[in-house]
Amino acid sequence: MARHVVATTGEIAPGSSKLVTVRGRSVALFNRDGEYFAISNTCPHAGGSLCHGALVSLVQSSRPGQYELSRRGEMLQCPWHGWEFDIRTGQSWCDPESFRARAYQVTVEPGETLAKGPYVAETFPVAVEGEYVVVEF
Amino acid sequence: MGFDGLMPIDCDIHPAVPGMQALLPYIDDHWRETIISRGIDGLDLNLYPPGAEISCRPDWRPESGKPGTSFEQLRTQALDGFGARIAICNCLYGGPAMYSEDLGAAICRATNLWMAREWLDRDPRLRASIVVPVQSPELAVEEIERCAPDRRFVQVLMFAAGEQPLGRRPHWPIYEAAQRHGLPIGIHAGSSHRHPNSGIGWTQYLLQDHAAFAQTFQAQLLSLLAEGVFSRFPTLKFVLMESGFTWLPPFMWRAVKMWRGLRREIPWVDRSPADIIRERVRITIQPADAPPDPAQMRRTLEMIGADEMFLFSSDYPHWRFEGEAALPGGFSPELVRKILVDNPLATYPRLKEVLS
Amino acid sequence: MNDGPVMQAERPAAQKIGMIDCDIHPMMRSPADVLPYLSTRWREHYQTIGPRYRQPFLGSSAYPKATPQLSRRDSWPPAGGPPGSDLDFMREQHLDPLGIELGMLQPLFPRGMDERNLDFAAAMCRAVNDWQVEAWTSKEPRLKANITVACDNPIAAVEEIERCAKSGHHVQVSFATRAIEPLGSRKYWPIYEAAERHNLPLGLHSVGNNGNAVQPGGAPSYYFEEHQCVSLSLHAMVASMVIEGVFEAFPQLKLIVIEGGFAWAASLGWRLDAHWQRFRAEVPHLKRPPSEYLRRNVWYTTQPMDEAEKPAYLRDMIDWVGWDRVLFATDYPHWDSDDPRFSLKLRMSEDERAQILGGNARALFGIA
Ligand code: FES
Repeated sequence: MARHVVATTGEIAPGSSKLVTVRGRSVALFNRDGEYFAISNTCPHAGGSLCHGALVSLVQSSRPGQYELSRRGEMLQCPWHGWEFDIRTGQSWCDPESFRARAYQVTVEPGETLAKGPYVAETFPVAVEGEYVVVEF
Repeated sequence: MGFDGLMPIDCDIHPAVPGMQALLPYIDDHWRETIISRGIDGLDLNLYPPGAEISCRPDWRPESGKPGTSFEQLRTQALDGFGARIAICNCLYGGPAMYSEDLGAAICRATNLWMAREWLDRDPRLRASIVVPVQSPELAVEEIERCAPDRRFVQVLMFAAGEQPLGRRPHWPIYEAAQRHGLPIGIHAGSSHRHPNSGIGWTQYLLQDHAAFAQTFQAQLLSLLAEGVFSRFPTLKFVLMESGFTWLPPFMWRAVKMWRGLRREIPWVDRSPADIIRERVRITIQPADAPPDPAQMRRTLEMIGADEMFLFSSDYPHWRFEGEAALPGGFSPELVRKILVDNPLATYPRLKEVLS
Repeated sequence: MNDGPVMQAERPAAQKIGMIDCDIHPMMRSPADVLPYLSTRWREHYQTIGPRYRQPFLGSSAYPKATPQLSRRDSWPPAGGPPGSDLDFMREQHLDPLGIELGMLQPLFPRGMDERNLDFAAAMCRAVNDWQVEAWTSKEPRLKANITVACDNPIAAVEEIERCAKSGHHVQVSFATRAIEPLGSRKYWPIYEAAERHNLPLGLHSVGNNGNAVQPGGAPSYYFEEHQCVSLSLHAMVASMVIEGVFEAFPQLKLIVIEGGFAWAASLGWRLDAHWQRFRAEVPHLKRPPSEYLRRNVWYTTQPMDEAEKPAYLRDMIDWVGWDRVLFATDYPHWDSDDPRFSLKLRMSEDERAQILGGNARALFGIA
């Protein structure tokens, strides 16, 4: 397990995503109102690129005709066939036991802390004054 | 008999109303007068013209009159013929297809009264489905309430195609009443012709009318699923009659696939449609859209993956098979045993009461 | 636990196979792009009355789709315009990475196929057919155009087939699958005669609205239902063409059923055969069991891929439908499209894979 610096906090606007590569694997990074999530980019259903997915709420229902929304923006819907994944666990809603996308630990750390190491920053330099998104991988 | 000494429960036989004349004793004064003065008659479903091959097996065809109108024949050919311990009568007469809700209800009511008196009273092996005026859920519920105390009525009958898809909310009072009385909903091939007989329009041939019901039944299952009927009525079972069943595997795969992607539209469907169907839907085996090779049938049954789903039916007097070969090739002995007795008993709670 | 897609380990490079994608949807950047292809009369009509379909809304189906433009969310061209409207991006996102050797266009919007004004319908079809050549196939030889026709205007439809048949760009004929009458109806036979004469397959993609409920029991409520019911209507369409005698009258006619999957065709054949036993006297024009016409005249594209509960079941289905009957299609850029690298979740030999990904289509379209 190593800490990989994958982005600066400024480059992913709230509600948007970035595709990053960590140790050769594609990882979709999401900013949900300042909270960051990372999930393996390839949809376990049939290969859709999850970084293009939409962050939506969890929709449940206690009876026909009723729509109950919760966990706003915490479900990731695949851009292809619309499967939903829990952005925190990577589990699919419809078949959580059999299908999940791998979810990674994400933290935001100041450059100052990172400077003490160890960390891996494959794609860009880390400056002491910046804030960075760090994925455990 | 070819049933290993088991006495089957036949879940779909068809006594026929000889004509409106036969129902007149069971109809109130106003409607009797109306029926006579307007000459209302001829409400047999056009799906089964009496002279068509499909409507009656040659060796079952009566000397005269419509197939299915003779009690004696039905007793010897269907009940004794298959050694049935019980047979469920599904009368396909036109009450549910009338545009007038009141006339429709009057005919349905008369049909049920006639059924009880002229058939059920004459042989203890006979049971029947309640024919209801689907076009008026309110009157349909009234009719269910009226018939339900007679424990020989074991099911509520609906045609596969009516005004609105079967899952739609206006039908729910019917389901509520049926569930309360422990009556499954029997959906039988048949149409009130409110819409073309296929999604591509009115087709030319009677053959197509029959063949197209595979699609109709699939669409209706989608409706029951999507509208949340299975969760809203958690103990209600739906019996598909004359639907065929080899279409089930690809149908279920597709429904599951679409549910996974579109379930946000119908979040009350909170588990796999295939699981729901296996648990809550039952199917009579005749007519079987069977493959030519029994090995294909075995594989198809494995794909369907739910032996509990199938119920024995002869579909008397319709011509579906020869002699006693009511079971399509490829059914294992264990499955046959379930189909003949266990599954019907598990599906129709009222059958158990009388047997015990 | 499955945290990666199910993939075929022995998957060969797509290029080697020479993949043919039997369903790609090109879009106009704006519906107004059709105007240059219309005569003055119809241009004015377009700008005043506009297209009229058998649905309540101007700009939407009454069953709103799963996604904007019913498209994959990753298919919006960076340079602007709706999904499927940018040839360069289509090359970059679809044709090149998947190694597609040939792609069969299925233009759906705007369309004339089920337009209610029958003369306008013909004009729109003609315009769309010319647009495909100018905007797509003349620029990209991997793409092949489709002769879209308004089948409810059969005379104009035949004229349009005659006009396009020898263009060198158009390789099949397409029209509404839910037309005014079932497609077996004799009203449409002149179209079949022309298609057969020119050896053009009918590439019938589920499209069109005849104004009737999509299923015989009435109009469903949800897109979840409607989506699958439209596929069911394709089963009825195949049955109609078989039973009403189209393939007896036009034995060389080839029908490709597009965007309906294929696994259902086995049971449909069994069912038609079983009922035919009782109705032979009603349909004496059928000289053989219905399933034989399916095996001789009908092909199916894979998408939306049937997802069997066990991969082996899918093999069974292909065995039963026929390995030579199944053609790969992506449905790019629509939301329910299939990627050939991931969607064929069954064991296949190299030959079988090659057959489905391209060989069958090559034989069907007569491509060397
Ligand atoms: S690829 Fe993600 S839902 Fe199908």
